[in-house]
Amino acid sequence: MQSNATLEYDYSIVKLYMWTAVIFGIVGMTIGVLIASQLAFPSLNYLLGEYGTFSRLRPLHTNVVIYGFTVSGIFATFYYVGQRVLKVSLAESKFLQALTKLQFGLYLIAATGLVISLGMGITASKEYAQMEWPLDALIVVIWVIWGIVMFGLIGLRREKTLYISMWYYIATFLGVAMLYLFNNAEVPTIFFSGGLGAWYHSVSMYAGTNDALVQWWWGHNAVAFVFTVPIIAMIYYYLPKESGQAVYSYKLSLLSFWGLMFIYLWAGSHHLLWSTVPDWMQTMGSVFSVVLILPSWGSAINMLLTMKGEWNQLTENPLIKFMVLASTFYMLSTLEGPIQAVKSVNAIAHFTDWIPGHVHDGVLGWVAFMIMSGIMHMSPRVFKREIYSKSLLESQFWIQTIGVVLYFTSMWIAGITQGMMWRAVDEYGNLVYSFIDTVSVLHPYYTIRAVGGLLYLTGVFMFAFNVFKTATAGRRLEQEPRYRSPMA
Amino acid sequence: MFHWLEKNPFFFAVGVFVVIAYAGVIEILPNFAEKARPVKGLKPYTVLQLAGKEVYKKDNCIACHSQLIRPFKSETDRYGHYSLSGEYAYDRPFLWGSKRTGPDLHRVGNYRTPDWHANHMWNPKSVVPDSIMPAYKHQFTNVADLETAYAEAVTVKKVFGTPYGPDIAPGKAAYEKELKTKILPEALKIAKRMKRDDLVKMVEAGKVPEVVALVAYLEKLK
Repeated sequence: MQSNATLEYDYSIVKLYMWTAVIFGIVGMTIGVLIASQLAFPSLNYLLGEYGTFSRLRPLHTNVVIYGFTVSGIFATFYYVGQRVLKVSLAESKFLQALTKLQFGLYLIAATGLVISLGMGITASKEYAQMEWPLDALIVVIWVIWGIVMFGLIGLRREKTLYISMWYYIATFLGVAMLYLFNNAEVPTIFFSGGLGAWYHSVSMYAGTNDALVQWWWGHNAVAFVFTVPIIAMIYYYLPKESGQAVYSYKLSLLSFWGLMFIYLWAGSHHLLWSTVPDWMQTMGSVFSVVLILPSWGSAINMLLTMKGEWNQLTENPLIKFMVLASTFYMLSTLEGPIQAVKSVNAIAHFTDWIPGHVHDGVLGWVAFMIMSGIMHMSPRVFKREIYSKSLLESQFWIQTIGVVLYFTSMWIAGITQGMMWRAVDEYGNLVYSFIDTVSVLHPYYTIRAVGGLLYLTGVFMFAFNVFKTATAGRRLEQEPRYRSPMA
Repeated sequence: MFHWLEKNPFFFAVGVFVVIAYAGVIEILPNFAEKARPVKGLKPYTVLQLAGKEVYKKDNCIACHSQLIRPFKSETDRYGHYSLSGEYAYDRPFLWGSKRTGPDLHRVGNYRTPDWHANHMWNPKSVVPDSIMPAYKHQFTNVADLETAYAEAVTVKKVFGTPYGPDIAPGKAAYEKELKTKILPEALKIAKRMKRDDLVKMVEAGKVPEVVALVAYLEKLK
């Protein structure tokens, strides 16, 4: 047992995934700003011919930010946090080290395949599960490799007790594996038709209402196990590390973890309220969505209380700002979600812009803030250089915060306005508005949303520049910083 | 117990899995015991309609259009009878969508005509002046992939027992026969009702434009 000698962790794979997170973040969010602008200014649909319409680009936006930006962020932070909390270096096992490189290579192939196929309109069309079967199979391989490395590192660990972040990473691995396999069950048509048609085409294993149920069991829990669980893993590591504070309560983290695991999976059917899914399932979805506030707020409050007595750091360190606001947005988003899951509210909110509004206060305010602060915290440690610019980071924070606020407030108004107009009747009970009236009225809100998105994207560019400059031009560090990340 | 679990990753992982899988067992599996049952008189999609459904997927109409009419008066007044589970029995995948930037389409076949669709897909503003939908002119020249649609019909017949006649069978020869006897004549009818000579000419030359297949599919939505 090496007791006192510091381990040399192997960050080569961490760096690779940090860069892909930055690149996919820029690509995915640029497409996002473009499609947001298309809704306000439809002539922007014709920039790329058949490949540039809102409908074709929208899945490209969601897939690149989910599977490109966020998943890269998850892998980057896992390979960093995992080594450190388990006290084992990837360099100690050539096998695991090679597997991480293989995984990265396959990931790049899958990402390229994803962008090309969605661009061409090759899609299974289930939301966030658009990839056709050959890519699905590749994703399974990538995920299995991740599992082998994760449990390999756990097998070699020196720290016997798994830290909270590891709980969440393990849950991410298991949850996504289970849901992905079920939801993407599909039959390739080429094998049953005597070799006819496109080789990549498939049909879903499930039909109609059943398909919808499995899809939203997945769709909702992809949000759980990609946008929530691994992000909580991040905040449980980076916030205490950056602030030098111990996690406020072990018991609260226990309650939140096991509560979240148990409750989250029930809530998927809240995407199908008032649909043809059996009533009792809709009710279960509603009820569990409301209960879900408890474990969600449990984690967020645990993080905020971790700062107890050290709130001065909020003014001194922009990374603490990012993380504290991230957990605050997490609280907002996990209160808003249950409100929308109440059946009577859902009757107005469903199918409107309030839904993308809700998604984005979560993903912009919570997920992306956490991934970016994780990458910023890691930068001085993996590049052994000081963060290039504090003032840049500070301005990024404010620009992006304004962007998020413009985004969700405009979408709140748009969604509720449209939902109310769809159902408005005159004194004789006739519908007051034709559908197009309810679209035209949204123009100002679509414009504000596009501006909000543009501000956020500007922040992402500032962030990318800051990371790049840190890696190449930051002042070299003699020693690894203990807590607060040094910045110029 | 929790301290012990945190030192024993295998049992920890098993514990997590049981806890997350539990909801699926209770909530998702029961629905599968009952197979999706079609409403009376529901016919499976023709090959041309399936090809149209592929166009619907390819140009991703579900980004903005739903196919789910909820049981509210405001919705049934606007779109027609609320949707029934059995109407979706042959929908693989389901195409309910999650966002209505445009109106619901589940019964669009009841109140729009093929020539309305032709005008609308060519230039939405020609029929809805304030529309923010883009034009889909490429669908008038791109040729629909009928062979893949046929492969899909064969697959769902074999694997899921979707009630197609004996004509839907594996192999190139069976496909060529179906193409000549069923698919092209059906496409020609639609093309004529769309009142555009270029479309009719293409179909007569044995090539079905994407938009013709798409309209065949939209016409089926009733």
